[in-house]
Amino acid sequence: MRDILRRARLRLLKMHFESGVGHIGGNLSALDMLLTLHHRIMGRDDQFILSKGHAAGALYITLWSLGRLTEEQLATFHKDHTKLGGHPVPRGIPDIPFAIGSLGHGLGLAAGLALGKRLRGQPGRVFCLLSDGEWNEGSNWESLTFIAHRNLREVVLLVDLNGLQGFGSTAEVANLGSLGNKLKEFGLEVREVNGHDTDAIEQALKAPLADRPVALVARTIKGRGVSFMENKMEWHYLPMTAEQYQMAIEEVSRL
Amino acid sequence: MRAIFSRTLLARARESDFVFLTGDLGFMALEPLRDAARERFINAGIAEQNMVSVAAGLARAGLRPWVYSIAPFLYARAFEQIRNDVCMHDLPVFLVGNGGGYAYGVMGPTHHAIEDYGVLLGLPNLTVCVPAFAADVPQAVSRLTAAARPAYLRLGRDETPGDFVVPAYGPWRRILSGRGAAVLVVGPMAGGILAAAQTLPESQQPALWVVSELPIVAAEIPAAFAADIGRSGHLIVVEEHVAQGSAGASLAHALLCAGTTPRRFTHRFARGYPSGHYGSQLYHRQECGLDPASILKLLTNTQ
Repeated sequence: MRDILRRARLRLLKMHFESGVGHIGGNLSALDMLLTLHHRIMGRDDQFILSKGHAAGALYITLWSLGRLTEEQLATFHKDHTKLGGHPVPRGIPDIPFAIGSLGHGLGLAAGLALGKRLRGQPGRVFCLLSDGEWNEGSNWESLTFIAHRNLREVVLLVDLNGLQGFGSTAEVANLGSLGNKLKEFGLEVREVNGHDTDAIEQALKAPLADRPVALVARTIKGRGVSFMENKMEWHYLPMTAEQYQMAIEEVSRL
Repeated sequence: MRAIFSRTLLARARESDFVFLTGDLGFMALEPLRDAARERFINAGIAEQNMVSVAAGLARAGLRPWVYSIAPFLYARAFEQIRNDVCMHDLPVFLVGNGGGYAYGVMGPTHHAIEDYGVLLGLPNLTVCVPAFAADVPQAVSRLTAAARPAYLRLGRDETPGDFVVPAYGPWRRILSGRGAAVLVVGPMAGGILAAAQTLPESQQPALWVVSELPIVAAEIPAAFAADIGRSGHLIVVEEHVAQGSAGASLAHALLCAGTTPRRFTHRFARGYPSGHYGSQLYHRQECGLDPASILKLLTNTQ
């Protein structure tokens, strides 16, 4: 797993550097969770919805690490005539069922997929990865109510709690206090983990299913793995210079 | 129209891909459907954004959801979900807006839908269906179901004249073959206008057409309609919708592109709330010159 994490992180940095693309901070915070989920947890009947669409790069790299996206496809990232947009595009690649860029959509879509499975008697779960800033969106609370009320245990929430959002920290912009407590209050079983501890993530997701929907609330570090990016607002947006890229890969190579 | 819509879906409630979502509306109307569809009838609560996303997920899972609410609560509140989750993915989600135009009358403008199809027709893959008569609803439902693509069904109050035999549903229909102006109506107002037009001497009666599916596609405009415009030289479009994004605007565009412009074009459309006062659907239509008496006046003044 450690090797997968390192290779994926290096490939993610390379892809973002070569395409001159920012949004790297929120990709690095979500990457360990995405890799653990896809390599260790998800089975054939399971589906994944990336609600924080700005972590598209981390998802593409995860699919690449599974052999579902090729080097050639990754080379098109963020360029003209690509299917790998800065946020997942509609009907782009089969493993990504929905285009998501605007926040507050993924949880409702996951609920619909899960309800569809239930109504059709099909097996499998629907994992949905959300950001923390995304909980500013009222639609998420609609979806949460729907999921809890219908006890849609087929939905598993993963929240990337990196503490930074578009123009400030989550505490500064619209402080939610404890998101975990709020999710509990809505009726979910909350499992809190370090979002970079892959064993802990795996254990939390493999623990026996509760009698209610589960939310994995993962404390993460925006820009994780590259010390000059960690917990820095600007790495939500900025692309790397050549020098910064060199520093980043040297550090990640030592992981 | 809601009653016949409910009965139409009732007949489909046991189909394997049927599922119905409502935004907590349907009291005294949808109970039989709820009882028949059981777990396939989902009251999603007063949460339209989530309801539309859930519908998109259900469609992706192989179902064909119907999504019901008072029209603006659906197309206006959940516009981004309709745009991103449904239309961009060309999913078979059938949105049903009750109360097209000013149908909710004195309930107030928050409940009116006078810019619904203009707003929605900018989206990819979506068809708008506006039945003119209650008898259209079962056939319209069949067509939308068979097409299995995003759709918006605008329901209004039925105004079919008592003695009128409604011709089979189709996107374009001529319901009166007069020699006067060519009149195109969108939606249930066609009933009242038909009844009014039939009181005219035969020589003054219009060629009265109804269009029930939008957008207007130039290639699908019937030759007989173009001939009716050509003969009288006067085209009148009547719709309970604002001018922006209207059927009249898109028809004018199509005709201009085709080089078949009428000598005269009159567009009667929803003008919002010109007096700043509120009333019944008829009151608002009268303020906008959309009521049968106003249309009759227009027809007799243009002979």
